[in-house]
Amino acid sequence: MTERRKESLILEITSALLFVIFLLPFGIVIINSAKDAFSVTQNPMGMPEDWTQLFRNIANIWTSPNVQYQSSFLASVFITVASLMAITFFSSQAAWVLVRTKTKISSAIFIMFVAAMVIPFQIVMFPLLSWFRVVHQTIGIKLLRTFGGMILAYVGFGTSLSIFMYHGFIKSIPYELEEAANIDGASRIGTFYRIIYPILKPIHATVLVLNGIWIWNDYLLPLLVLGKGNRVMTIPLAVSNFAGAYVKQWDLILTSILMAMVPVIVFFLIAQKSIIKGMVQGSIK
Amino acid sequence: MDNTRENRIVFWLFLSPVLVAFLMVVIVPFIMGIFYSFTSWSSSARAGAGLEFIGLTNFTESLSDPSFLYSFLLTFIYTAVNVLVINIASFALALLVTSAIKGRNLYRIGFFLPNLIGGLILGYVWQFIFNNAIPGLGKIWEFLAPLANPDNLILADRNASILALVAVGTWQYAGYIMMIYVAALESVPVELHEAARIDGANGWHRLRNITIPMVAQAFTITLFLTLVNSFKQFDVNVSLTAGGPSTMFLGKPIFGTELLALDIYNTAFLANNLAQGQARAFLFFLVLVVISIIQVRTSKKREIEL
Repeated sequence: MTERRKESLILEITSALLFVIFLLPFGIVIINSAKDAFSVTQNPMGMPEDWTQLFRNIANIWTSPNVQYQSSFLASVFITVASLMAITFFSSQAAWVLVRTKTKISSAIFIMFVAAMVIPFQIVMFPLLSWFRVVHQTIGIKLLRTFGGMILAYVGFGTSLSIFMYHGFIKSIPYELEEAANIDGASRIGTFYRIIYPILKPIHATVLVLNGIWIWNDYLLPLLVLGKGNRVMTIPLAVSNFAGAYVKQWDLILTSILMAMVPVIVFFLIAQKSIIKGMVQGSIK
Repeated sequence: MDNTRENRIVFWLFLSPVLVAFLMVVIVPFIMGIFYSFTSWSSSARAGAGLEFIGLTNFTESLSDPSFLYSFLLTFIYTAVNVLVINIASFALALLVTSAIKGRNLYRIGFFLPNLIGGLILGYVWQFIFNNAIPGLGKIWEFLAPLANPDNLILADRNASILALVAVGTWQYAGYIMMIYVAALESVPVELHEAARIDGANGWHRLRNITIPMVAQAFTITLFLTLVNSFKQFDVNVSLTAGGPSTMFLGKPIFGTELLALDIYNTAFLANNLAQGQARAFLFFLVLVVISIIQVRTSKKREIEL
């Protein structure tokens, strides 16, 4: 018994130690967000002398014209939420008709979506820009530097994986359920929204989590579609705009990073069970 | 009511939003991209004016450019090391947080946390740690004084910078992969371990003969997940090292930590050579296709074995 006791003590100490190491970078961000420009470079590992500096730094970022924290934050929230709504809504209905329609064209479309998952962003990113420009010139729809173009891009890039996941789930729903609704006189569209859509709840969660983390943190796509120094920025763009500058104001950079991280971490801690479950489910599919 | 006709209308009605978005942002640019890689496409030839078909020139030029070859080689090495380190770390963490210790759930959350933050922001945090915080330790403690010496900066040395990329990648990704292993480990029946324990198997034997075979399928998943993600690494590369420090390769000075994705981006935007960036992206795509084919084959084979 003592042998097992010793063993578990070692495991506990190792875990606690690793836990501290894993969270240390967050701690370093917090303590240095509460320092001024001088002490952040002179004493980055020490505790801040005056914690009220944290509020001064936050106020500084809050009003900084380079970061535009408020509008960047709202833009990030808007782009993420709108894209997620469009992705779950459109991908689930598409997956449903793809499962329930047994024709050659239906399976060809499904295979196209699945095969496209291998296409890396790098091969489409440059032509995407010139293509969006062409669309603007020919039919007058402005997609570059707009929310619309951004959301369209996320739906386009996010739909493959999402359709794939919905497809796998819908296949397991017995068709008798829909037949019963049909006999009761429900239309096809009505059947989907009243009967199938609510059943998809667990897979909605997975699709939302996987796409949500990707879209919220994405850097390259907004950089290309929204551009640098644009009126519309997302949080990663704003941080890089500021942190990528030649002169490193680490006190303010770290404060802006802190302000970018806190909302995500709070959101995670509230919904951690379903987020972790969603991500694990997504990987196994 | 004509059911089949209704079905057909609903089919296209429900598919059209995703089809439009997909064609607009994936299929059309993808086809354009393949086409452009065989042309003299540049920012001045953007509108289609002066676009010339030049065959395989972009490919041959890329393949004889030391910086591209270096990036290719570096990306393979980085990917191999990263996959190995992440999977070993994640599996070890998973074993820890599924053992009978107190506060397991808290540890799981803690290890998972870095995964929520984007690679770009994490890269900046670690740039500060490597460039300021670690040298700062040297100022506090006498015995760590060499750390404060600017000559010893981790990000000033190429090999150390590559390891730094691996370290940050592991820190970011290990918690997620750990969760997949946790799910697999928790599905291993407890009775199996109990029976083996009664038969006198020690911890190591049980790990080798029960745990690892039982979670073999999870290994396939995590292996390819980490493989593809490491191969596509961009965000941390941009914010942590931005490709530096410089080094020599085949007699040419080049970026020492420039992975493929960053090389493609820099070729197109910094060197202003869109067509060649496109050709490099095409080669990048081909490697990913090969990886995917291997992945599909391996998982099919495993399914048959099961």
